[in-house]
Amino acid sequence: MPGQTLVEKLLSRASGHPVHAGDITIAKVDLAYVQDGTGPLTFRMMEQMDLVKAANPQRSVVFIDHSSPPPRRELASDHVYLREFAAKTGMVLSDVGQGVCHQVAFEKFVRPGDVVVGADSHSVMGGAMGAFATGMGSTDVAVALALGKTWLRVPETLKFEVSGTFPRGVYSKDLILRVLGDIKTDGATYKSMEWGGPAWASMPMTERMVLSNMAIEGGGKCGPQPSDQETKRYLKEHGREADWKEIRPDEDAAYESVHPYDAGDLEPMVARPPQEDNVVPVTDPSVKGLRIEQVYLGSCTNARYEDMKVFCDYMKGEKVAKGTRLIVVPASKEAYTRAMKEGLFEILLDAGATINSPGCGACPGVHLGIPGDGEHVLSTTNRNYVGRMGNPAAFTYLASPATAAATAIYGVISDPREVK
Amino acid sequence: MGRAWKFGDNISTDLIAAGRYYHLRSNLPELAKHVLEDARPEFAGQVKPGDIVVGGRNFGKGSSREHAPVIIKLAGTRAVLAKSFARIFYRNCINIGLPAIVVDTDKIAEGDDLDIDLEKGIVHDRTRGIDLTFPPLPKVMARILEEGGLVEYIKHHGDLVVAGT
Ligand code: SF4
Repeated sequence: MPGQTLVEKLLSRASGHPVHAGDITIAKVDLAYVQDGTGPLTFRMMEQMDLVKAANPQRSVVFIDHSSPPPRRELASDHVYLREFAAKTGMVLSDVGQGVCHQVAFEKFVRPGDVVVGADSHSVMGGAMGAFATGMGSTDVAVALALGKTWLRVPETLKFEVSGTFPRGVYSKDLILRVLGDIKTDGATYKSMEWGGPAWASMPMTERMVLSNMAIEGGGKCGPQPSDQETKRYLKEHGREADWKEIRPDEDAAYESVHPYDAGDLEPMVARPPQEDNVVPVTDPSVKGLRIEQVYLGSCTNARYEDMKVFCDYMKGEKVAKGTRLIVVPASKEAYTRAMKEGLFEILLDAGATINSPGCGACPGVHLGIPGDGEHVLSTTNRNYVGRMGNPAAFTYLASPATAAATAIYGVISDPREVK
Repeated sequence: MGRAWKFGDNISTDLIAAGRYYHLRSNLPELAKHVLEDARPEFAGQVKPGDIVVGGRNFGKGSSREHAPVIIKLAGTRAVLAKSFARIFYRNCINIGLPAIVVDTDKIAEGDDLDIDLEKGIVHDRTRGIDLTFPPLPKVMARILEEGGLVEYIKHHGDLVVAGT
């Protein structure tokens, strides 16, 4: 038997016996969560199954984030139902103002080694902690919440090996966009996207999170990363050092394919509509110089304190170009508070930004920055499908916070390497 | 028998259940009036009970919203056929008791009259007079679908039992 990949290790522990790619197994769930868009259906399914309970209430979380605070009566009433259900079952409630589910889960709940099941596709972000984290539909998560387990097929693994050094102006968002351009939006369907290599090892946690977050954009089931000293540092920073343990794949693990990338070869990238794999370098004439009416710095992908810091390093002393709006939606209360304390809000407000409360905002097209007909948006989010931001007649381009800052300054899609 | 409604590659869950109708998620019959609206605006108004959604590659990519297959089913659709499916959408279809079938949909044209034999694994295209075969579901999914979806399955067994895997 060859050694194990990360996902095989994680699911072996959760299954109580060794498993390999292709096996179907029942795994113990260590953390399960819903958000306000999927939670009401999840809880109605629990009622239908006559399973109104949580197997593990302290590790079951209800996030109010997608329409937070609620812009409409119907959504506010969904929140009432969610709060009542959380109170009845003892589940943890993360209410209005706390932030996006995956970000808050990462800060407070996800531990190395965990099996995490979320009723939201970007639950895969938990992989950056050295966990098996995946998104599922409402009924699957209903079962995971009530029974504390789920059935899974152990996926094959695509290994992404990153070497070299990131040039100035190039970030993990550019790396994952480049990977998606190469493998396309279904290149990793049903697979695990595992990360490693010397350039990966030198990445701070907040950069690693972007890689796992967008595993779903390649169709991936999960995007696990080893748990190492950087994982320990992050947990310590969040007062959770005791949750740390080292997790690595075996040296002789069997991978379906290995994909080497040299960070030194990368450029700032932009994904054009209508999907994430329609990627070109920012220098491409189809994007460079394109008029942008709204720059959106938000989402579980790129709206942490560190993302706002990168953005502000470019933006400091500059103004947002005339005719362009800048909307900032910090991913969590932690990100919001730290950005405020460390002076980033001053830079953003001086530049002309609108800062909204933590949550999903316009990313899923609910509120707080829906673009108008024919408008172009440069966004740090993860999806640019037709209608994604709430208007099928608008166009979304995806990029890093650095490219977003350069674009906000000039009002057209711009190369961050050319700023200052 | 059912009439084929053809869709292209990469039909996202945003095209099926758009974000601008987020507030209708707890009102599924209302949400179903907008199913697939940004892909084919006439679909919701004209689909007949028993019709079949026929997609290309990577059908249902994107979010985990189970509302997407739920409203396809609520609109009266009997099954979804595609060359390939996104993972979460595929599992959601089976969980809600909507057959999701992987088959070479290039051979099917808009408006074709289709018959599906789940047990034998055959899509019969009456208009064209051809049979398209598809592989059986993994056992655990076949069981869930046979029992009418995951809710019925759990009500019946009281637990997740992956028998016969
Ligand atoms: S920020 Fe966007 S991608 Fe992330 S959970 Fe919210 S809606 Fe989904």
